[in-house]
Amino acid sequence: MKTNLSLLWTLSLWLAFSLAIFGRNEIALAQTPDPGTISDDQVNAIAKHLYCPVCENVPLDVCGTQACEQWRQVIRQKLAEGWSEAQIRQYFVDQYGDRVLATPPPRGINWLAYLVPPIAILAGVWILIQAFRSWKRPLPEPYSLPEPEPVSSEVLKRIEEELKNR
Amino acid sequence: MITDLGYGTLALTFLLSIYGILAAVWGVQQRRPDWIDSARNAMLLTFPLLTLSSLSLIYLLVNGHYEVDYVASVTSNSMPLYLRITALWGGQAGSLLFWCWLMSAFASAVTLRNWERDREFLPWVIVVSLITLAFFLGLTLFVENPFDRLWLLPGGIALKSFFAPQGAIPYFQSDGKGLNPLLRHPGMIIHPPMLYLGFVSFVIPFAFAIASLITNRSDDRWIRITRRWSLVAWLFLSLGLILGGRWAYDVLGWGGYWGWDPVEIAAFMPWLTGTAFLHSVMIQEKRGMLKHWNMILIILTYNLVIFGTFLTRSGVLSSVHAFAQSAIGPLFFMYIGASFVISLSLLLRRWQDLKSDLHMTSLLSREALFLLNNLLFLGILVVCFWGVIFPLISEIVTGQKVTVGPPFYERATAPLFAGLLLLMGIAPLAAWRHSTVQTLGKAIWKPTVVSLLAPLIAFSSGVRNWAALLGFWLAAFVACVTLYEYGRAVIARSRGHGESLLRAFWNLAGRNRRRYGGYIIHLGVVLMAIGIIGIELFQKETQGTLAQGEELSLGPYTMRFDSLAVFDTADGRNVARAVVSVYKNGQYVGELYPRRDYYYESQQPMTIPGLRSTMEDDFYVLLVDWQPISSAGATFKVYQNPLVNWLWLGGFVFIIGTMVAAWPEREISPATARARRRTPQAARAS
Repeated sequence: MKTNLSLLWTLSLWLAFSLAIFGRNEIALAQTPDPGTISDDQVNAIAKHLYCPVCENVPLDVCGTQACEQWRQVIRQKLAEGWSEAQIRQYFVDQYGDRVLATPPPRGINWLAYLVPPIAILAGVWILIQAFRSWKRPLPEPYSLPEPEPVSSEVLKRIEEELKNR
Repeated sequence: MITDLGYGTLALTFLLSIYGILAAVWGVQQRRPDWIDSARNAMLLTFPLLTLSSLSLIYLLVNGHYEVDYVASVTSNSMPLYLRITALWGGQAGSLLFWCWLMSAFASAVTLRNWERDREFLPWVIVVSLITLAFFLGLTLFVENPFDRLWLLPGGIALKSFFAPQGAIPYFQSDGKGLNPLLRHPGMIIHPPMLYLGFVSFVIPFAFAIASLITNRSDDRWIRITRRWSLVAWLFLSLGLILGGRWAYDVLGWGGYWGWDPVEIAAFMPWLTGTAFLHSVMIQEKRGMLKHWNMILIILTYNLVIFGTFLTRSGVLSSVHAFAQSAIGPLFFMYIGASFVISLSLLLRRWQDLKSDLHMTSLLSREALFLLNNLLFLGILVVCFWGVIFPLISEIVTGQKVTVGPPFYERATAPLFAGLLLLMGIAPLAAWRHSTVQTLGKAIWKPTVVSLLAPLIAFSSGVRNWAALLGFWLAAFVACVTLYEYGRAVIARSRGHGESLLRAFWNLAGRNRRRYGGYIIHLGVVLMAIGIIGIELFQKETQGTLAQGEELSLGPYTMRFDSLAVFDTADGRNVARAVVSVYKNGQYVGELYPRRDYYYESQQPMTIPGLRSTMEDDFYVLLVDWQPISSAGATFKVYQNPLVNWLWLGGFVFIIGTMVAAWPEREISPATARARRRTPQAARAS
């Protein structure tokens, strides 16, 4: 009887343990996202706006290095976990800094990147307008050709000779 | 022996350049024409000497002298002969020597022209050309010497030096690292020489401009002398940029032709100021105006040429720290600073002398529109320059680099490019000096109405992208104006001279090559604009992993993965080559062979796309990855690039137009000109 009770107790424990393990696994399996459901196009749509710090000026979607392949896997994983594009970008910014983005984020000194070209172009337009205005203004002194000095026939003859001999 | 010959001639050319500079200055100061002639001979001699030096390096490259560091770093036993020759510009040191060689060719060619009429320019042209040459020769000799040998120190440490370090023994290697695989493409073999030719030939107009400032000539003689030089420089630079784009499309494996990479922008910036200059000089020639502005443009162009070389050679692009560690960077920086300050000081000194009495009288005159065109070119330059240097500024100020990528440039420059296209359509119809809304409107309405058909056709074909519709209209507008202008002139000539239309067309282009060559260039730009609109706004892409026999679809195309083979080649590559069948709208159109080459020597891969090209679009397939044959799976990235071939066709037309514009015209002797003035009918009949 004691043996039976002991056996029953052991079986119950084993069952409870097994249920706990399998149950947890089942829950875990239900929660683990499957990256296989994410297409390459979904990954590339985000990757094309990111740059890894090693491969200068090569967008992540076309970079062939191992490191960039791993980054794409991270994007795939995050997408499978339900992260949005903005969250994924922010994740990489937090990890590696602003340089992973295709353009400088508009804050702090980065504003200069966006402000300097239009200001310079507007300055050019302003200079051009000022130049046009000054050109349109009448000249300060009336422009007149100086009276030609009388030329002697001897000089004229010499010039003609010189022209003939050219 | 050959190494010594190459180094010796290089050193001798450097000394000769210094001598030429001093002799020219001395000759001017002492009014001694014999010294100026001596300086001229020195400049003439730089070319044969540098030819000898360059041939020495080519000999070393071709014969595998791996004891020379440069040879070991850019060649290998498996490389074919033509690649060993082109390895001359495959690395930093060799490309600097190549730069010097081309520079000396242009400098020597200048000395051979007839200087009778412009004798006072000669010494200063020599000085500017030889200072530029001496700077690059100095870099080649003292910083990046292509003739440096490899030595082994007693501790087993290898180092490079031309002369033997104490106790060192020569280090002979049996093989080299080989040329970077990306540089083994035909486009890359021609692209760098074209860019360098463009760069060095812009030195000549700059030299004449400086000579004009120093000699206080306020006329446009320097512009007339260098008109053809500028066009030739522009031709080479344009050709270099177009070939670079084609190389990127064929080799870099990202489905595009222009990535707004700082190295690309470095070559694009002098092209922008050069293009503005070519338009602006016409105003000085026709109206005697904008003398200051033309000086500023050529000074900018010269300094951007040096800046472009600096950007690509100093390491500054990877990091400001790399720049600080590099010996070449600070030297370039100092040279650009000095040349900019000196040339601008000279201009300021002559500012009053260059003032013109003639003024612009109308905002719609051709000269006013050309000036606006210059503003737009300079606007694009500002965007490019700022985009390239901003990451460096950010790194200096905050310690962190940022990326300034394509979206920045595309958003900022697209409206400026659109404005340029609009001006390209309006300006040819505006008159010099004076134009009113009425006269311009009368000339413009017909081409405008006809050009509206283009966006209407596009709209009825389903295009709903407003930027594309605007772009198509602008392209059609420029095309209509250009053809209208050509047509009117051909008909007028045909009627006036009784010539056939074809003959009239030929004669017209022959009589005013710059004008009609310019129109052909405009037509080239129109075709290029159509290609750019197509690929930029309508490109489609997809990526997928396929098992053998599986299909991937994109737009009207479907491709089927048939097979994959992986094999080694005799030239040291491991090649993975896929075979895919392509169908368009269900019809079989052919097989493509995208492949990935892995170079064992340099341990670098290269992705070669499989490409089906038509004027309608390109179907562009990349082999991204593949599994072992057992699982028979491969990943492909596929692009549909609409209208992209219009870009290459436009590039071809563009180059033809530039050649027409730059083609030498027959010199008209003063006697012939007088005769023509006396009998205009006889002149017309000739």
